[in-house]
Amino acid sequence: MEMQNNQDFLAAIQAQFGADVLAHDIAFDILNIEITPSQIHLVIEWLQQHPTLNVNYLTNIAGIHYPESAGREFAVVYQLHSWKNNIRLRIKGYLPKENLHIATVTDLFAGANWMERETYDFFGICFDGHPDLRRILNMEDMDYFPMRKEYVLEDATREDKDDRFFGRNNNEL
Amino acid sequence: MSQELKDIAQNADPANVATINFGPTHPSTHGIFQNILKVDGEKIISSEQTVGYIHRAFEKLAERRPYNQITPITDRLNYCSSPINNIGWEMTVEKLIGVDIPKRVQYMRVIIMELARIADHLICNSVIGVDAGALTSFFYPFSEREKIYELYEELSGARLTTNMGRIGGFERDFTPVFHQKLKSFLKTFPKAFEEFDSMLARNRIFMDRTKGAGPISAERALSYSFSGPNLRAAGVDYDVRAMNPYSSYEDFDFIIPVGVNGDTYDRFMVRQEEIRQSLRIIEQAYQNLPEGDYKADLPDFYLPPKADVYNNMEALIYHFKIVMGETELPVGEVYHAVEGGNGELGYYLISDGGRTPYRLQFRRPCFIYYQAYPEMIKGMPISDAVLTLSSINVIAGELDA
Repeated sequence: MEMQNNQDFLAAIQAQFGADVLAHDIAFDILNIEITPSQIHLVIEWLQQHPTLNVNYLTNIAGIHYPESAGREFAVVYQLHSWKNNIRLRIKGYLPKENLHIATVTDLFAGANWMERETYDFFGICFDGHPDLRRILNMEDMDYFPMRKEYVLEDATREDKDDRFFGRNNNEL
Repeated sequence: MSQELKDIAQNADPANVATINFGPTHPSTHGIFQNILKVDGEKIISSEQTVGYIHRAFEKLAERRPYNQITPITDRLNYCSSPINNIGWEMTVEKLIGVDIPKRVQYMRVIIMELARIADHLICNSVIGVDAGALTSFFYPFSEREKIYELYEELSGARLTTNMGRIGGFERDFTPVFHQKLKSFLKTFPKAFEEFDSMLARNRIFMDRTKGAGPISAERALSYSFSGPNLRAAGVDYDVRAMNPYSSYEDFDFIIPVGVNGDTYDRFMVRQEEIRQSLRIIEQAYQNLPEGDYKADLPDFYLPPKADVYNNMEALIYHFKIVMGETELPVGEVYHAVEGGNGELGYYLISDGGRTPYRLQFRRPCFIYYQAYPEMIKGMPISDAVLTLSSINVIAGELDA
């Protein structure tokens, strides 16, 4: 069987889910594909069962907070790996802050369980259908999601760590 | 899990079920993590882990630290092999800024990372011995690990949380003492290691205790995103060093050992063989250690020598810019994985051009495979759960992020 490369992956996904592929690029040899959030489960399931693409391994799930981008404040990133083709790819879905829901992939990968719990714990993203969506690293009774950019880490009076000096102009902090 | 064990788990009489706290067996069961077991006599019916007591918010911290200040954070992930974590992180940043690393640095890194792997596996395997009742095989390899720590110390000044290396290379070249100590280690370690191996590998008691304890099938291990020796023990030959070679691993000849049953004995044997392979890699890298500089030409990231800072204007400027985090960084998204002691250790770095990462996520192999633990010990006696816990090498620091 011939090895599939990034372009083959992109072409196959676009052929199957044309309208749901919202954006794509290749960064540092890894294919990034943005998919409509409601379709992500379907896409990952299809990739997993595909005979030649054969995406068999879920490397990681990450949440990201972009407070500035209205309507797409939160990103969920699935890093997947196809061992047969040795291709890593990222599936991204952007969620608006009013509706932080996305389907769980625990039915496809058992290992997604804690990855999703961690993402929920840090960002408050709800994975619908998850068997046990609780906090994992923080306390149960915590009432905020600490990895969101709205929480300043250290003493706000410290000027040496002011974000303006960090190459960012973020006046909200 | 066999049908017989499933029946035991399902047909437990509720009147006989006891809820107990597991441990203390592992050092971390004294408060860093917790396992609540439901047992019927000696048989485990179900278990639930809590892992958050050691939460130190590394990912949040990393969002407020310049890149060179993140290396010490990575020490505290898997602290049994911190140089791998340090170097993995440095390579992630190097990938982002796109720098050519001299061949000598790559080989030096390979030597250090394989020493770290030996130290990590040595501890894990000797602890399996302890949990099976053999204390000598735990104390004996400690003197060998001590030699590895002395090598770290010679190169970085530290032993456990090493903060090894810099972005672009090492802080110093291998010193004459390092050369001498490494040569002596390469000479004496194999003999000591084989003695250690002979204490356990074919030991009747040890084999009876570990065979069939905490098995996991290759399918389930894959579904749980296992990596490293635990996955290989289940029979899957996935190793980042071979799949996506970094730091010149493609130059070396080594075997990736695999097990069959994915049980404690197979995990032990896979780690033992990996130690031998690591030694082979170190020998190859050391014999062919290229001439050259121990650092890349990277003035924006690599601190100039202190004497130059006092006497040379340019060095002073670079020193100031690095310490204050004023260096320009490219915008981008990088994932870099290394084969850590426990498996695929990945760094997912998102840079928005600021002096700190916009988001940095650690893929910690331990965190990911530890969730399979209840499934692995279901229906097993408590004594097997103890062995399973030590043989999957749960490092509390690596459960956290």
